[in-house]
Order: sequence, then structure tokens, then C-alpha cells
Amino acid sequence: MTDIVLRDVQKWFGPIQVIKDMNLSIDHNEFIVLLGPSGCGKTTTLRAVAGLETIDEGDILIDGKPVQHMKASDRDIAMVFQSFSLYPHMTVYENIAFPLRARRMSRQAVDESVREIARVLRIADLLDRRPSALSGGDMQRVAIGRALVRRPKAMLMDEPIGALDAKLREEMRAEIKRLHLKQGSTTIYVTHDQVEAMSLADRIVIMHEGVLQQVGSPDEVYARPQNLFVAQFVGSPVMNVAPAQVRQEGGAVRVSVDPATPGFDFPRELLSRLNGHGAGEALALGIRPEGVLVSREPRDGYLPVEAHIIEPLGSHDIVDLKVGERLLRARTAAGFVPRPGERVHARIDPAQAHFFDAQSGRSLGVRL
Amino acid sequence: MAVLATLDPNSRAASRGWSDLTIRNAFILPTIIFLIVFNIFPLVYSLGFSFTNYRASVNRPAEFVGLQNYRELLSNPDIWNNFTITAQYVILSVGGQMIVGFGLALLLNRKFPFKGLVTTLLLLPMMLSPAVVGLFWKLLYDPSWGPINYALGIGKFEWLSNPTNALIATALTDIWMWSPFVMLLALAGLSAVPKHLYEAAAIDRAGTFYTFFRITLPLITPLLLIALIFRTMEAFKTFDLPFVMSTANVQTIAIRLYQMAFQSWDTGRASALAYIVLIVVLAITNIYVKYLNKVKER
Repeated sequence: MTDIVLRDVQKWFGPIQVIKDMNLSIDHNEFIVLLGPSGCGKTTTLRAVAGLETIDEGDILIDGKPVQHMKASDRDIAMVFQSFSLYPHMTVYENIAFPLRARRMSRQAVDESVREIARVLRIADLLDRRPSALSGGDMQRVAIGRALVRRPKAMLMDEPIGALDAKLREEMRAEIKRLHLKQGSTTIYVTHDQVEAMSLADRIVIMHEGVLQQVGSPDEVYARPQNLFVAQFVGSPVMNVAPAQVRQEGGAVRVSVDPATPGFDFPRELLSRLNGHGAGEALALGIRPEGVLVSREPRDGYLPVEAHIIEPLGSHDIVDLKVGERLLRARTAAGFVPRPGERVHARIDPAQAHFFDAQSGRSLGVRL
Repeated sequence: MAVLATLDPNSRAASRGWSDLTIRNAFILPTIIFLIVFNIFPLVYSLGFSFTNYRASVNRPAEFVGLQNYRELLSNPDIWNNFTITAQYVILSVGGQMIVGFGLALLLNRKFPFKGLVTTLLLLPMMLSPAVVGLFWKLLYDPSWGPINYALGIGKFEWLSNPTNALIATALTDIWMWSPFVMLLALAGLSAVPKHLYEAAAIDRAGTFYTFFRITLPLITPLLLIALIFRTMEAFKTFDLPFVMSTANVQTIAIRLYQMAFQSWDTGRASALAYIVLIVVLAITNIYVKYLNKVKER
């Protein structure tokens, strides 16, 4: 059983605060992904948990025990580095055996553990090679092997597959998931790649400028982003965000992203759900590309728009639609809009619309 | 060559009709001439002398004596004794330099105030002239009023007047002078060990000693070996320090060679001895270089 708790953690690099009021608790066997752009403090947080970085205030608890004053070697935590950090002068076998030998384990026990983990990671035939003779994927397997071999309390991974090429990355992603399900250990994984985060995490922790933005399951952070940053960081292509005006016209409620256009139809409940927001302060509408519905024929509730740029992605197209002076990106079936300049019709699926306070960026929590 | 081939066709050299090859040769030529005049010619010339009974002090043509010089030198127990003394000197002084130099490098391999200044000060001994160092240490070792005896409180200890003590005293001076060299190379090696390896070792729960012997030492071995090669070569042909400090008492092979060549003017025999020394030094460095390549292959 290993749980990790961060309580009011603060960290400064000189005058710059890189971790602000970080509070997070990680359950036993949970796979947590710290996600954020570079420089958001995610790696620093990970290194603080590992003991490679000190924190200025707050507590880090492993199994309820404060560890912030303990050395890395006393925390019994394993880590996989982005650069793998394999020992270049040792063979794969010696690399994996290193943490065991450092603890004076018997020769036979070391041998058994190393061969077992090599079998699990499918690197048993590489044990005599040196790291310089390995491919990126194999180096990463060795690095994971070295981390797993002593069955640590928790496993930390700092962009472990960031240095690999796209295809290998996908392969290793699946492998890491498989290993986690098989070996099961509390894991903190750092990445800036939201696809990686979505596919691996039990829960995603999104960070921005040292501040924790949202913690939730991949579904939650995708479907219910708590603020504009999360909304735009998670999901590809990026969520459309536009300043919006809400108007009541007779019995209908319309939301327009460009005052010159008539606006999209929304159900009447929107007014009560907005609860007065949007009347005084500025409102931002967020809609993911799959929430923009496109039709070739004019239909009820659809506005005429012009297709601007089409990005064919094989399985589907991303089409930039011109709504007045605004661009909305829509996801359509491949070839649905034949060429740029075409007039088509679009509406917004109210169930997929998000409303944010444009000033603070906070979600208004409107669900239709 | 790829770089040379991209010479700008509009450059002045190109407009004079110089090809890349001409320019390359123009740069190399002075060095080649220098090497031939001052290295290769004397080398070949002295090889010729080593088979004669030539004496530079006597106006008499050299007579070819074949391998006689080599035969006599190698069967002379005195010469073997000189080699033994030289070997003792090399082991003492190079061993000491490796230990002190590496120790200093370990101490300096961290952040502290005035690190640059301290490092520069530590490098000073190696920048001094060996003759000056020898003269100063001769004063320091003086039995009746030298500061070393005074500081150690050992009365009138004779440092330089008997062969054993003189050997140790000269080696100590050499250690003082050349440890900074080893320190410099070791420091370069230490700072080149990637920091993330130490982080990985800390995560792997390796202790300080384990990390040192399993990570630090193996990774800087190549540079330590280079220091060892340079220092062994230098120490083996050491002349200046023993000459200035204790001429008669530390009979290294270089001192013997000097006496043979410029005191008894036995030029032919001295040339032969010089060749023997050259071969020995080459043999020793060859062993090191072989080992170095083996280490580097890893």
C-alpha cells in the first residue's frame, strides 16, 4: 500500500514561484499523470516527490509519513528519467542489477530478479549489451526495468517516452499501461502530451504556471473543464473559444460569436442556467470541433457559413468555418466539405457547449 | 575535407588560383620543416652515433663499433641500478601525484566561494620553472635552517645528502609541482560526468561510496589514464629537479645520461643509452595506451 499526499507545497527558484499551494492526494496503485505545458512546474513537482528537489514549504507524505526532509535514497521511490539516465559503462544486466547490488542483495537473488524483470519487459536477449548499442525503445525498457526491479513503493516517470519517435511512443504507451496493470504500483507520470495523459491516466492533474488547474479522470477533464486553460489544453484539435453574446428573441435564445450574425439557437434553459451571468460581464463560449455540426443543405437552426481551410486527416477532416468574422473549427466526415470556399450550414450542439467567464476564465458549469 | 571543399570561389585565395590542397599544404609546411630540423634529423643522427665510439670533445672521426655500446650498457649493473632508481622515482612521484591530484579534484568538484581563484592558485606550482622549484625546495629542505625541518620539529634531518632520502625528497617536490596537472584533468573528467547519473544513483538508493566506485571512478578512468601516461613519460625522463636539488644523490637514468654525454663526453655511448630510454618509455606508454583504448571501448 502506497499513497502519496502533497500538502500546501510551495517551491521557489529564486524570485520565481514554480509550485504554488499544491494540494494533491494519490491513492494506492493509482496512475496519476501530471499534465501541462513546459515550465508549468510538473517536473519540479515530480522531482520534489522523488527527493531530487527540496520544497520551501508544505509537506510531502508517503504512506502518511512526511518525507520532505529525507534524501532521495531513503524514500524508496523509483524513477524513470526522460533521458533514461542509464549508466553508460555498464551492460543492460548491470544497469538493472544496480539498485539491487547497491543494497547488497545476494548474487543469486539479484540474478533471479534481473532475469524475471527482463522477461517481463522482453529484453532478456539484450542483457549483455551496453546502453549505447540499444534503440530508444529498448533503452526505455531498460530504464523501466531498473526502476521496477526492486519493487519500489512508488514509480515516478518524467516524460519517459518524450524522446522516442511517434510510432514507438504509441507502442511504449501501451506497454507502460500493460505493465502498470500487471505490476500495479502507485505511479506519477509527467508529460506535456495530452494524448498520452488521456490514454494512461486514472486521474489527470493539469498544471499551469505552478498552479494546479484541475484534477479528474480523463473523461472529466475533457467533458467538464473547470477553466479556459484546461479546456484549451486538453483535446486535439483545440476547443473553439469565442466571446459570445446571449440574446433573447421572442421565444428563442440565440448565442452569437459575431454580433453581425444572427446567432445559434439554444434551448431556453440556458438563461436560467447562466443565472444572470453574461448580462453584465463578458462571456466566452467553448465548443469542441465535434460539437460544431455541419450540413450541406440548409436546415432548421443551421446558419449559413463558409468553409475556409480544410485539413484532411484521413479518418476525418477538420474544417475551419467562417461565421461572420470568427473562425469555428468543425470536425466532419472525411471529404464532407469538398473544397474551401464552399457554402455550408452549421449549428452548435448545445449539449457540448461550455460557457466561461471571459475575465477569470472559470467555467460557469452550464450543462444543457 | 568536406569543409575544405566548400571554399568560397570568390575568396582571395581562390582568385589567386590556389586550390584547397595548396592552402592546406601551406598551413602544414612550417610544422613539417620544424619537425624535420629539430626532431627527426637529430633522432636519425643520434641513432647513427649510437653505433660509433664518437666523442664530441675530441677532433677525431667516429669509428663504427656495431652493437658494442648497447651490449656494454645493458650488461653494466650500474646502468640497471639507474633504471631501478628511476623506476622507484616514477612510482613514488606519479603515484603521489595521482592520489593528491585526484583528491584535490574531488574537493574542488563542488560550488564554493572563490572557486576560480582557489583553482588558479592550486595550479601555480605547475606553471613555475622546474629549476626555480628545485632551488626553492633545496632551501626548504636545508638541514640547519630550512623551514621544513623547523615545522616538522625533526632537528637537523638530512633530506638531500643520502640517496634514499634524496629520492623521497625529490619525489615529494615533483608531487608538489605536478599534482595540479592531474587535478586539472581529473576535474575536467569529474565535471563531465552527467549530473543525471548521480540522480539516478540516488534514486537507486546507492550510497556515497557505492556511487563513487561504481559511477564516478569508472567514468573518469580514461582521463586519469591520460594523466598517468603524461606523468609517467615525464617522470621517467626527469632531469631538472634531481639535477638542481641533489646532483649526485638521485641517479636517475636522465642524470646518468647527462653525465655520460656532457661530462665524460662519451657521445656514442650516450646516444645508445638515449635510445634505450626511448624504447623503454615507448614500451610503457604503449601498455597504457592499449589499456586506455580498452577502457574507452566500453
